[in-house]
Amino acid sequence: MDYPEIREAIAKLCKQFPGKYWQQLDREHAYPTEFVRTVAEAGYLSVMIPEEYGGSGLGLPAACAVLEEIQRSGCNGGACHAQVYTMGTLLRHGSKKQKEHYLPRVASGELRLQAFAVTEPASGTDTTRIRTRAVRDGNDYVVNGQKVFISRAEHSDLMILLVRTTPRDQVKKTTEGMSVLIVDLREAVGNGLTIKPIDTMMNHSSTELFIDNLRVPVENLIGEADKGFRYILDGMNAERILIASECIGDARFFIEKASSYATERVVFARPIGQNQGVQFPIAKAYAQTEAAALMVNHAAQLFEVGKPCGAEANMAKMLAAEAAWFAGDTCVQTFGGYGFAKEYDIERKFRETRLYQVAPISTNLILSHIATHVLNMPKSF
Amino acid sequence: MKILVGIKRVVDYNVRIRVLSDGSGVDTDGVKMSVNPFDEIALEEALRIRDAGNAEEVIVVSAGGDECQQQLRTGLAMGADRAIQIQTSADLQPLSTARAFLKIIEREDPGLVLLGKQAIDDDNSQTAQMLAALWDRPQATFASKLELDGQSATVTREVDAGLETIEVDLPAVISVDLRLNEPRFVKLPDIMKAKRKPLDVIPLEELGVAAEGNLEVGHYAPPPQREKGIMVEDAAQLVEELKNRGLI
Repeated sequence: MDYPEIREAIAKLCKQFPGKYWQQLDREHAYPTEFVRTVAEAGYLSVMIPEEYGGSGLGLPAACAVLEEIQRSGCNGGACHAQVYTMGTLLRHGSKKQKEHYLPRVASGELRLQAFAVTEPASGTDTTRIRTRAVRDGNDYVVNGQKVFISRAEHSDLMILLVRTTPRDQVKKTTEGMSVLIVDLREAVGNGLTIKPIDTMMNHSSTELFIDNLRVPVENLIGEADKGFRYILDGMNAERILIASECIGDARFFIEKASSYATERVVFARPIGQNQGVQFPIAKAYAQTEAAALMVNHAAQLFEVGKPCGAEANMAKMLAAEAAWFAGDTCVQTFGGYGFAKEYDIERKFRETRLYQVAPISTNLILSHIATHVLNMPKSF
Repeated sequence: MKILVGIKRVVDYNVRIRVLSDGSGVDTDGVKMSVNPFDEIALEEALRIRDAGNAEEVIVVSAGGDECQQQLRTGLAMGADRAIQIQTSADLQPLSTARAFLKIIEREDPGLVLLGKQAIDDDNSQTAQMLAALWDRPQATFASKLELDGQSATVTREVDAGLETIEVDLPAVISVDLRLNEPRFVKLPDIMKAKRKPLDVIPLEELGVAAEGNLEVGHYAPPPQREKGIMVEDAAQLVEELKNRGLI
């Protein structure tokens, strides 16, 4: 595997945060502050930030290795993975002044930039229909609207916010008229922004945002006004590839647990893994995971050299999420009753990995992308 | 003062060891390899001594094939200043390793040599003692506490009867035990920096040391399967059962 030294180092760090740590947070629905701080301070979340801004200046494949190993070790990178890629929008499209202002402190972990607000109650993947509106008033934008399923907003200092600056019916192309703002959450909360947690199946710190006359300085606009949609698109490919790597990590966690338990657990005087009914599903999960990992790696390499990778990023995310889910299901089945006991961490990881067939994009939309954009079949919507 | 730290590439302590079916050794194919944990503690101690201003340079040394460069890089990422690989494809026995290390000592003239008390693969626990004898310098083994005081070191050793504190003149060889310190985590920027630190490769032959050995391994075998236990009612029955099995 690539980046062995990075994998070894992050895996070792993750050992400090064993199942017990995550089980307690899960019970209390608490955020893994100590884990995130430790990983950030050791530089693993600034892996893609250029060296001139205090990061390691490594590419997406290195970031994939970090997130994969975090998941593989039983930890949950979902709490902080966005710190790795959310800054991409700022890095690629922000001004020099903005980058110098934010990136070094994002790299050191002092500033958490891990909230990315796009989805709204009335518009999910049909992003162009967002209703959150920003109207210029002197040196500020005045923002009104609502966002939903925004992860980690309560545990972030900065947030990337997609807004409409020109209404949808006044633009030639519906993808125009949207803009990207950096919101300083430390100032915004209580001054026009209300964050409401959403209680979910797993501990993912998801929230709903209510925006009521929030003033954001014009200097916090990223790139040009009305061109924001394009700025968030390339970030989405990175996000999908990184989350696919997390799924590969989850799958490897499940497969390692299942194969070692099946080898040790003796029933009827022989290890259960000696029964092909037990060993074949684990072997199949392994084959699926290895195949998905190849696609993740392929997508990451394309991204790295700046080639189009939309279809590959989508396919990688879909295949890896499905491989993780199958591996998780197989692991629960292998462990039998113990698979449901919280102390084994399997039921927790099982709940956590289910998310990735839905977020950051659901499997049906990936299939629709492949069908219409790659195979040129008629559009369904 | 320079500090020399020995680093051995071993099967990671989390790996379940598998003996090869022909008994010729342990399966290392595709197995995760790491820095011997005791060596990591030795390095951590060396770095703390340097960072406290009591040494100028920490050099990590490993004997082995080019694959051990990965462990040397880990040592550099932890903070060592430079690395030396004693290049050999042979599986060195403790005496050969000690002889090779002595040659490095003659080149580098360190004020302190820190080694792990043993490697977790063969558990020999011999290299430090042999090296001190060959070098004709004091040794302090199994250190759980180490204090430097100018030209000497006060070392607390973990021995069977408890703790023993001794003072040794420097330069000396000190082998370290588990409780001496807790090694730091490797930070990502330091992994990047480590790639640019010097790593010298010196073939074993160039040091004039032969990879010969006076030990011969017969064969490897896994420990026997644990037999099922029984529950006893009281101490008397326990004694009875132990006697029946000829154990007491």
